[in-house]
Amino acid sequence: MNAPILKTDAISFRYNPARKAAVDQVSFGIAPGSVTAILGPNGAGKSTLISLLLGLQKPEAGKVLLEGYPLGHYTRRQLSQWMGLVPQSEYLPFEYTVLEFVLLGRAPYLGPLDLPGENDITIARESLAAAGITELSTRPIPALSGGELQLVLIARALAQQPRILLLDEPTSHLDLANRNAVLRIMHQLKRNNVTIIFTTHDPEAASLIADDLVLMRGGQVIYTGEMKTTFTNEKLSKTYGTPVEVIPLDGYMAVKSIERLE
Amino acid sequence: MDTSLRQKKQLTTVLLILAPVVILGISLFIGRYPKPLFMPLEVLQTDELAQRLVFNLRLPRLIMALAVGMSLSAAGGVMQMLFRNPLVEPGFLGVSQGAGFGAAMAILALGSAPLLIESSAAVFGIIGLALSYFIARRIRYGGWVLRLVLAGIAVSAFFSAGLGILKYLADPTSQLPEIVFWLLGGLSSVTWNDLVYVLPVVVAGLLVILLMRWRLNLLALGDETAASLGVAVKRERLLLLTAAVLITAAVTSVAGLIGWVGLIIPHIARRISSANAADFIPVSISLGGIFVILCDDIARTLMAGEIPLGILTSLLGAVIFLILMMRPSMRYLK
Repeated sequence: MNAPILKTDAISFRYNPARKAAVDQVSFGIAPGSVTAILGPNGAGKSTLISLLLGLQKPEAGKVLLEGYPLGHYTRRQLSQWMGLVPQSEYLPFEYTVLEFVLLGRAPYLGPLDLPGENDITIARESLAAAGITELSTRPIPALSGGELQLVLIARALAQQPRILLLDEPTSHLDLANRNAVLRIMHQLKRNNVTIIFTTHDPEAASLIADDLVLMRGGQVIYTGEMKTTFTNEKLSKTYGTPVEVIPLDGYMAVKSIERLE
Repeated sequence: MDTSLRQKKQLTTVLLILAPVVILGISLFIGRYPKPLFMPLEVLQTDELAQRLVFNLRLPRLIMALAVGMSLSAAGGVMQMLFRNPLVEPGFLGVSQGAGFGAAMAILALGSAPLLIESSAAVFGIIGLALSYFIARRIRYGGWVLRLVLAGIAVSAFFSAGLGILKYLADPTSQLPEIVFWLLGGLSSVTWNDLVYVLPVVVAGLLVILLMRWRLNLLALGDETAASLGVAVKRERLLLLTAAVLITAAVTSVAGLIGWVGLIIPHIARRISSANAADFIPVSISLGGIFVILCDDIARTLMAGEIPLGILTSLLGAVIFLILMMRPSMRYLK
């Protein structure tokens, strides 16, 4: 592996000092230009890990290194130029149009007193095109479907022009066509050399696109490694705590997990 | 951006600045002297009393009306964005009730010199906010927004109970009517001296809000997303919140409780421009100024005794609001 672009060094985090750690002694590295899936059951600590990687939460122990330097070495603004986040969902009380909303992704490049200019609008439009939703640009956000909103959130993160894109459960509540649209965009970004990290509880979404896997359970990383060696019956079963069977299919892997309910 | 939209925006900017100034200018001639409604220009040129009336009473009063309207509607817009809640109004964090309590206290305990009432109102307005803020930090429940809202409700209730006690203790023939009159809001006693200490605060606060208006959109996204977009969330939020609260406290200390302006003008502004704070905040500020000037014109002119301004802003505000909300979208910035 090349020198990792992003690396965690035994990071731990807990929301409440009395409770057990949400992320516990986690270490792994992300190769530049790779697609990494953080895979695990609900409540494994995946979203917390994303927050830690972005520097939105500070680990109580250990550190996160970006290009070899701890996150504290960068300003909030510099970090936002390096890394973009596609959040799991977003609550918006006001009726922005899609273009206005995607323009917010230009914030990392604007000073506190600046308004977005022509150049920012051009980049926002390009981001809409890259997400395949140019035709939505004048629609109000509340009128969008769940799938369209997900693509808009991706477009906003693309307007950040990040080197690393982090997506929190990008495909979880999407139908098949929308899930494939999202995966297609991720694939295109990978070709453009963007490093991608995403969380999912759906192993198939991971198998369709990931190069590397980080398998989490109960706040700990229990396996990490390349797709080939990590996406196995044994490792997935242990991660999910239920029997999982990997089925090779057209060069991809499907999974089957059935417990007879008799 | 295509040229027609850009021209529309430039035209809008010019209108937003010109309209309140023009309306203020016309309003100088509106009142009940020498006879109700309109003072002809030649009266102003010849009548010395009219000149004094216009320059020493009406002009400072109208400038204050402009400041009140601009401040409340700007602060309302800011608070609605920061709290991600379209039902928030600028005084809700204990500022309004605190100021009311402070004014009543001054009327009861310190005699009723206007400057004392105003200072006491300003001080207690800020105390209201500070209490809300520190209580919110101690609450162990909910996120930042919910905690501040809960603290604001509790502090407001606390001050409104205190206000009730003061009203109960007040001399019903002299002090009580004065308290009630102050609470209803009005600009009849405004002088140039009031402007001297209110205007610097208002100008500085409005400047901060206008310059940082696009950032409000980012802060309305929630803490995590805003931070991931490079926003220094705590610092920027505190700055905007402070600006909004200070201008609210400043104008409330002079004008009393002017209801509804800070709640509905931002809605109307969003309705006719856009949800983007970069667009609607200037519209809101300009409309707010115009609205309070017009309400004050009516308050001065309609009856021989003045109608309290707070009553008019609530009454007219509610009517205009309902009419606008019942119509289909009417945005001109597409």
